[in-house]
Amino acid sequence: MSKRVITITSGKGGVGKTTATANIATALAVDGARVVCIDADIGLRNLDVVLGLENRIVYDLVDVVEGRCRLRQAMIRDKRLPNLFLIPAAQTRDKTAVSPSDMVRLIDELREESEWILIDSPAGIERGFRNAIAPADLVLVITNPEISAVRDADRIIGLIEAEEKGPARLVLNRLKPEMVKREDMLSPDDVLELLAVELIGIIPEDEKVILSTNRGTPIVLDGKSQAGLAFRNIAARLEGQEVPFISLESSNGFFGRISRMIGAGGD
Amino acid sequence: MSTFFDRILGREKSSAQQAKDRLKLVLIHDRIDMNPGTMELLKDELIEVISRHVEIDPNAVHIEMNQDGRQQRLIADIPLNPTSRRRSRKRV
Repeated sequence: MSKRVITITSGKGGVGKTTATANIATALAVDGARVVCIDADIGLRNLDVVLGLENRIVYDLVDVVEGRCRLRQAMIRDKRLPNLFLIPAAQTRDKTAVSPSDMVRLIDELREESEWILIDSPAGIERGFRNAIAPADLVLVITNPEISAVRDADRIIGLIEAEEKGPARLVLNRLKPEMVKREDMLSPDDVLELLAVELIGIIPEDEKVILSTNRGTPIVLDGKSQAGLAFRNIAARLEGQEVPFISLESSNGFFGRISRMIGAGGD
Repeated sequence: MSTFFDRILGREKSSAQQAKDRLKLVLIHDRIDMNPGTMELLKDELIEVISRHVEIDPNAVHIEMNQDGRQQRLIADIPLNPTSRRRSRKRV
């Protein structure tokens, strides 16, 4: 069975779960698949604004779970891609409004009509996280190359294994090649060695991500952005393509070497 | 921590290396849900139990946590004193 229900989680907040969800979902939809993304961060929803769909919300996830609307009514069609949908989180409720079994039921219904389902998990290790991973075929853990984010990622990877949802795959976000070169930032190799998980993508730091969020247009739609390319590569890897890890050469071949090492160590 | 020579030469470990070293230790304790203090207690008790049966030099004992993938291992290297071997042979 192919893995079509993908949950993006992190442990620590603010490392890029929502941005990653929006971009991977958009990239999969650009390739023509029918994609539904779900904001599981009840009470602190944000996937709607990152996708630029905040003005179109009528019903939300909790409305579906509590039977106030049908699933279809809560699916907001994307402005740009007719095969991309968002189910927003409720903003005025809390995480206990939904249970892991509610999520499994809802996703089972969605599986019949979508090729990909992406779930944006809340930060933390509480109910919201458990809701988000309960229906997952594959869990992506996203981290920055910072000590606190890596530590929390390790915790979450352990919990994913304990819930028998492993092995998780790692997204290393906001990497600054220049800082790694100066040995002032953990390298991809360092993070992979510490966490002992398989990589699925490295996203370089890119100012354009903030611009794209300001506009509500995912960065993958910007053909020139390095971060956009890195997110498209993750989508391609999920689709089963063998994509070499992009060489993030900023001035010399340093990152070519790192990515070759990862490529060799990975698949 | 930087070595004596690093300090003499005015070199310190890179901040990335420091982060990696610190994380290594933190993750070990996070994964087994045991804080460093409890770990020291465990080592002391282990030494005590072993020295009840054989003679060992507590200063030569090395007990440490090792990472093998996502699996943690407690590795104990405990050299036994020759005298204890002689004594146990006599008893037999």
